Amino acid sequence: MRLEPIANPTLPRRLGLPALAIGSTVVIASLLAMMAGANPFSVLGLILQGAFGSKFAILETLNRATPLIFTGLAAAVAFRAKFWNIGAEAQLYSGALITVVLGTGLLAWPSPLLLPVLALAAVLAGAVLLLIPALLKTRFGVDEVVTTLLFNFIFLLFISMLLEGPLKDPMGMGWPKSARVLPEARLPRIVEGLRLHWGFGLAILSAIAVWVLQTRSTLGYEMRAVGNNAEAARFAGIPVNTVLVKTALLSGGLAALAGFSEVAGLKGSLTLDLSPGFGYTGIIVAMLALLNPIGVIFAALFVAGIFVGADSMSRAANVPTYLADIMLATALLFMVLAIMLTRFRVVRD
Amino acid sequence: MDIIDILLSASFWAAAIRIASPLIFATLGELICERAGVLNLGIEGIMVAGAFAGWMAVYSGTGLWTGVAVAMAVGMLFGLLHSTLTVPFGLSQHVVGLGVTLLATSATYYAYRLALPEVTSPPKIEAFQPYRIPGLADIPLIGPALFNQTPLTYAAFALVLIVSFTLYRTPLGLAVRAAGENPSAVAAQGLSVTGIRMGAVIIGSGFMAVGGAFLTMSAFDSFFFEMVNGRGWICIALVVFGAWRPGKALLGAILFAAFDALQIRVQQTSLGAAVPYQIFLMMPYVLSIVALVLVSRRAEVPAALMVPFNKGER
Repeated sequence: MRLEPIANPTLPRRLGLPALAIGSTVVIASLLAMMAGANPFSVLGLILQGAFGSKFAILETLNRATPLIFTGLAAAVAFRAKFWNIGAEAQLYSGALITVVLGTGLLAWPSPLLLPVLALAAVLAGAVLLLIPALLKTRFGVDEVVTTLLFNFIFLLFISMLLEGPLKDPMGMGWPKSARVLPEARLPRIVEGLRLHWGFGLAILSAIAVWVLQTRSTLGYEMRAVGNNAEAARFAGIPVNTVLVKTALLSGGLAALAGFSEVAGLKGSLTLDLSPGFGYTGIIVAMLALLNPIGVIFAALFVAGIFVGADSMSRAANVPTYLADIMLATALLFMVLAIMLTRFRVVRD
Repeated sequence: MDIIDILLSASFWAAAIRIASPLIFATLGELICERAGVLNLGIEGIMVAGAFAGWMAVYSGTGLWTGVAVAMAVGMLFGLLHSTLTVPFGLSQHVVGLGVTLLATSATYYAYRLALPEVTSPPKIEAFQPYRIPGLADIPLIGPALFNQTPLTYAAFALVLIVSFTLYRTPLGLAVRAAGENPSAVAAQGLSVTGIRMGAVIIGSGFMAVGGAFLTMSAFDSFFFEMVNGRGWICIALVVFGAWRPGKALLGAILFAAFDALQIRVQQTSLGAAVPYQIFLMMPYVLSIVALVLVSRRAEVPAALMVPFNKGER
């Protein structure tokens, strides 16, 4: 077989194939639910209900989506330039770390001053952390996939070391946990009484900002050019390495905001389980959004909904919660295949 | 105890060879994939799946070698999935690889929870035992280190020879290497680039799974979540460090494992007590990055690595 480009894909093809991808994912999830001895329809219903069925569920989903929007944007920005940042997990923790270091008393400022400084410090921390793999790539040609992946392990051990050492909360009853940040370093809620903090607002604003940058600025154009064809971009006079480094700084900064938002908005302190893999899940969010920053918001809501829904389904139907991860992996693989098949036709030799 | 004392003890080198064994299997698996032109980032998840499948098979009553075969078959299935998406369909090897890792890992955890819903700590199996090779095991230092290991470790070393011989001395190996260097030439010979690449990924993924199975069936005797713990990613670094050659990759794996075994032992010395243990645990990952930087200047990457081949195009 070989692939033949389709000049003008029809609308049914462009909508039908992605719908088929989601449909196939649901079918596979149903089969797996049956293997666990549960009724597939009730399992799917429970997931939907757990994710969007009540005010509490929706707020929970929005809260879970917040870090995923940041890490999704981090991946979307980087992957657009074909810079494979798989290290959003480490960058997230770097943002959380700096928030805790500065926010637990070192800077005793009023909120309107402190919060922007903390957010900015987080962005810087994430950017600097990703700068190392970026420079290793541009200077030495070291593949960033491996370095960013390995950095995740190194940085988590570093956090663990700090939490058992200098950052350990003396009031923490021996748990490896940092002290809580000052009340001034907490992100306020968007609506009083509803459990949703301004981190979500910041995430939406970031998505819009990234969209503007990508579609309205020279840097955005250069990033796309480098991603489409680095050789051609170099030939056209675009400073490819500079663009890659700028991409990395932006991507790392976005991922670090997830850490800032989780600490300042939700948790209040730093622990080793601050992120259940938000950095890695951001990659799926970005791919499902086809690397579109506005799409990232919706993809993050979808992914967060599956996680939150699967958590409550798991308690009710006794199906392992890992069903959520399987669904996301299958959705990702089917979706990339579906998107490719909208643009190419399979031809027999 | 001095570092010199540690380095001269047979038990240290025996540990190093034991730690190297799973890395050897998985590194060879990745090497085969990359030599054919396909980066397989599914490695981490495939190792998790292999670790579980082999152990679960033995726990359900099969023999140890059957367990290894089951692990290999599971790895090959994920290899089939990976290569179907990346080779004929030419999808992004980065995205598919990470997707396969996520799928294999979560499917394994799901299967674990279904198979053992009640247990708090995973059951143990009768794992592979060390087999003393008569005569050779009596050589000082080298003997206990190399010739008093489990059969699966001997298999890892044998596999280095087999893969090396196949790659460099057989028409099949030539075809695999050519598929990763110059696929058009392979197609011009009337051979199927798609077939060769898919075959390489499937076999390679099988070896990765055996590397995972080594953990549950030889190094330990039980399955734990997070037990692979980044070993797959380290193997990707080892392939680069070994310049895509089986022999050099073997040396890299042993060097790496020796360093890992050393840090475990230094942790127990007075020096180790003064330094947070996390520093030692970081070392393998830091070392991998340093190694990548050191070899970056002389890297001989397969020319068509990550370049999809579509017969229609020129």
